[in-house]
Amino acid sequence: MVPTLLSIGVIVFALTRFLPGGPIAALLGDKATDEAIARITAQYGFDKPLIIQFWKFINLALHGDLGESIAYRMPAMRLIGDRLPVTLTLTGLAVLIALAFAIPLAMVAASHQNRWPDFLIRGLFQIGLSSPIFYVGLLLLTVFAAGWRLFPVGGYGDTLPEKFYHLVLPALTLALSLSAVLMRSLRGAILAIMNAEFVDFARAKGLPPSSVLVRHILRNAVISTVTIVGLHIGELLGGAVITETVFAVPGVGRLMVDSIFARDYPVIQALTLCLALLVSLTFLATDLLHMALDPRIAR
Amino acid sequence: MSGAKASRLSATAIPAPLLIGAVFVTLMFACAAAPGLLAPYDPVAFDYSALLKPPSFAHPFGADNFGRDILSRTIYAARIDCQIAFFSTLAPLVIGSLIGLAAAYFGGWLDILLGRVIDLVLTFPFLVIVIAIVAVLGPGLVNMYVAVSIVGWVFYARLMRGEVLVQKQLDYVGAARVLGYGSARILFRHILPNAARPLLVYWVTDMALKILLGSSLGYLGLGAQPPEAEWGVLIADGKNFFTQAWWMTFFPGAAIVVAGLGFSLVGDGLADALDVKR
Amino acid sequence: MSLAPILSVKDLDVVFATPRGPLQAIDGVTLDVRPGEILGLVGESGSGKSVTLRAILRLLRGNAKIGGQIVFRGEHLILATERRMQQLRGASIGMIFQEPMTALNPVLTIGMQIEETLAAHGLREAKARRSRAIELLHQVGLPSPQDRLGGYPHEFSGGMRQRAMIAIALAASPSLLLADEPTTALDVTIQDQILKLLKRLTTELGMAMILVTHDLGVVAETCDRVSVMYAGRVAETAPVDVLFAAPRHAYTHALLRSAPGGGAPRAMLTPIAGQPPQLQAPAQGCAFAPRCEYSEARCLEGRPPMFALGPDQASACHARDRLPPWRAS
Repeated sequence: MVPTLLSIGVIVFALTRFLPGGPIAALLGDKATDEAIARITAQYGFDKPLIIQFWKFINLALHGDLGESIAYRMPAMRLIGDRLPVTLTLTGLAVLIALAFAIPLAMVAASHQNRWPDFLIRGLFQIGLSSPIFYVGLLLLTVFAAGWRLFPVGGYGDTLPEKFYHLVLPALTLALSLSAVLMRSLRGAILAIMNAEFVDFARAKGLPPSSVLVRHILRNAVISTVTIVGLHIGELLGGAVITETVFAVPGVGRLMVDSIFARDYPVIQALTLCLALLVSLTFLATDLLHMALDPRIAR
Repeated sequence: MSGAKASRLSATAIPAPLLIGAVFVTLMFACAAAPGLLAPYDPVAFDYSALLKPPSFAHPFGADNFGRDILSRTIYAARIDCQIAFFSTLAPLVIGSLIGLAAAYFGGWLDILLGRVIDLVLTFPFLVIVIAIVAVLGPGLVNMYVAVSIVGWVFYARLMRGEVLVQKQLDYVGAARVLGYGSARILFRHILPNAARPLLVYWVTDMALKILLGSSLGYLGLGAQPPEAEWGVLIADGKNFFTQAWWMTFFPGAAIVVAGLGFSLVGDGLADALDVKR
Repeated sequence: MSLAPILSVKDLDVVFATPRGPLQAIDGVTLDVRPGEILGLVGESGSGKSVTLRAILRLLRGNAKIGGQIVFRGEHLILATERRMQQLRGASIGMIFQEPMTALNPVLTIGMQIEETLAAHGLREAKARRSRAIELLHQVGLPSPQDRLGGYPHEFSGGMRQRAMIAIALAASPSLLLADEPTTALDVTIQDQILKLLKRLTTELGMAMILVTHDLGVVAETCDRVSVMYAGRVAETAPVDVLFAAPRHAYTHALLRSAPGGGAPRAMLTPIAGQPPQLQAPAQGCAFAPRCEYSEARCLEGRPPMFALGPDQASACHARDRLPPWRAS
């Protein structure tokens, strides 16, 4: 994990140093007073050799100082800190809904392999895979927010229940997209488990079908699911970016897009590092979860 | 080997999904190649008498806030999305294949370096990297192709490397070397044709993915720029009117689904026909 | 020992519906097992031995159609409800598989896998289950059984895993054990141990066993009687020593001759010419006739019936009386 993060740090550092107009213009935008220029030159060491600059950069990053947002005039880290929980809640909800939706359907498809329920389910998810997230989001908005007025059009509430209420459609959108992505692998994994000999042995012992399902099939399926979800974290985050944009949810995804349009480089830089950290931590968490669930892996 | 491919496709009946996919793709190509013949109206013609009109006989897909016919705009937009499918994938295919081939065959530091780069790129959501690069370069279709190529070649390199490594172990390579064949000859005349099959399948499926990516960037305003008609841009045009005119977003979106579905079904069908594991 | 069989299979048919058409895996198999005896079921891969076992327990996949008659202790299994089959599985008829690494659930401990069987067949208290589990592990020869209960399959060696699988299968005290090639995946030395264990258990527990194998050596060592299968049909049934002394089916004859040691010392091995038949199109006559050096015209015309040759011996072969001795010496 550390080498990856370090490499990303190097890339981010290099990118901001080589932007047109130089790093000073990037970090201060057009509000560059002499005093501000002097301050950040000292802080980032622009008058010193590159190695010193990089060292200062890493040092500042480790202390949580990743510059000040040009557009919002507050520390980038604070901006991210406000918005990260929103994105985490959104993606967390989406994963739960996606699994609740995809695992049972994958089991149905696997147990009716190559018969019509299997073809129907796979066909539906194939269509889902070909549907861009923003389209799905807009369709849901049209039906549920505009047509039937069940959910708000976007934004984010103030109280906790309101917040969840606002997250329903975005989470559903992201979940539909994610389940389409997961479906193929889930179905394959469950098929392999259902055809495994230990399932036959369990039945040969006279275990009732419910026991076979829960103790034998599902327990192994959960382990495969953790691995599969871990593999698709990147797609999940990419989807979150678009979903937040469509539904105007104040998360880090939308912050990224807004910052890009606003040329708010400190935020872009900070976000890149944070997202890299987030993804690495997620991989780590997936590995740990896998280790906890699967006795075959050495502790 | 390639002779066997041709005879296998014609010997068995073409399965339904592959056929459907082929029809969809052909439809898309037809719209891209001859939009003037297929579209009933001029895509940029304003018509103040038809502002925000719902689907009707005169306007099968409805009309937008300037009275432009959505059907015609959707048909004309097919050309851009076709371009996106090809230009976003061609450079990654070529660059990635060459690098993957070299890394697998020659091994050593090149292979190790490639491995590190693959790990790095896989860590990050592809969309976010592309958006970030487009941010630096500025919005626009060409910049999008550049951004996708900068990162996208990694997937092709990984696939090619994997395939070549597998082929390298197979007996026929050892046999060829015993016969005295040189590295280049083994590589290009023997290993490559076998490794090409999974790559071809991946390329077709990737085109579906790039249409989705391209339209996402078009929607965000980072890809194709208005007034250029691209399906994602059309949807973005319609998003402000989704309460009054659902057809502005519905039909271009459906076009994306049809196009994406077409390429993925063709890709899956090819995988079956060429006996490639997915 | 009473002579009434504990299991009687008559004219068993199993047809699989595949995309390429129906596949007749079992074609009119008849055999029976007496209480406490070990019946060997021997044949090449694809002869239908494993399918027969699974058909008895109704463990075949959905696309299989079973016909014929399977009677276990007077009960018709093919007509039984699924609920009844569940009750019988494990408690009356047990089964062990070839590869213990894949037949044991990798994420459950051995103890859990034994105890769930006990729970499914009515043993309610956890303490009783635990002590029975320890007793079983001891019975199959696993050292320090209390410590083994919390172990996972991958922590055991191959032989120990197979012993654990046997313990699980015997947990609810079945009176018939179906063993599907239990030693094929093991080292030769471990094979021997497991076979001895199985033999001991059948005597100790008064249990009958059908031992499926492709290894004639295993049959010779372990079984009381043996049925030889070919292409989904029974070729010959006989007591073990009778079969090995003088086979009465051309296929058994060829099989014995083709095994190492079947001819004179240092003579070339005589394999059986040809390939086993495709099961999509069951043969009109004897399935082995095309490869048989003793076949006559009538062998290809109609299926030879099972000729009774003695109290425990039968052969479906027209050449049963003219087969030469198979051993060179």
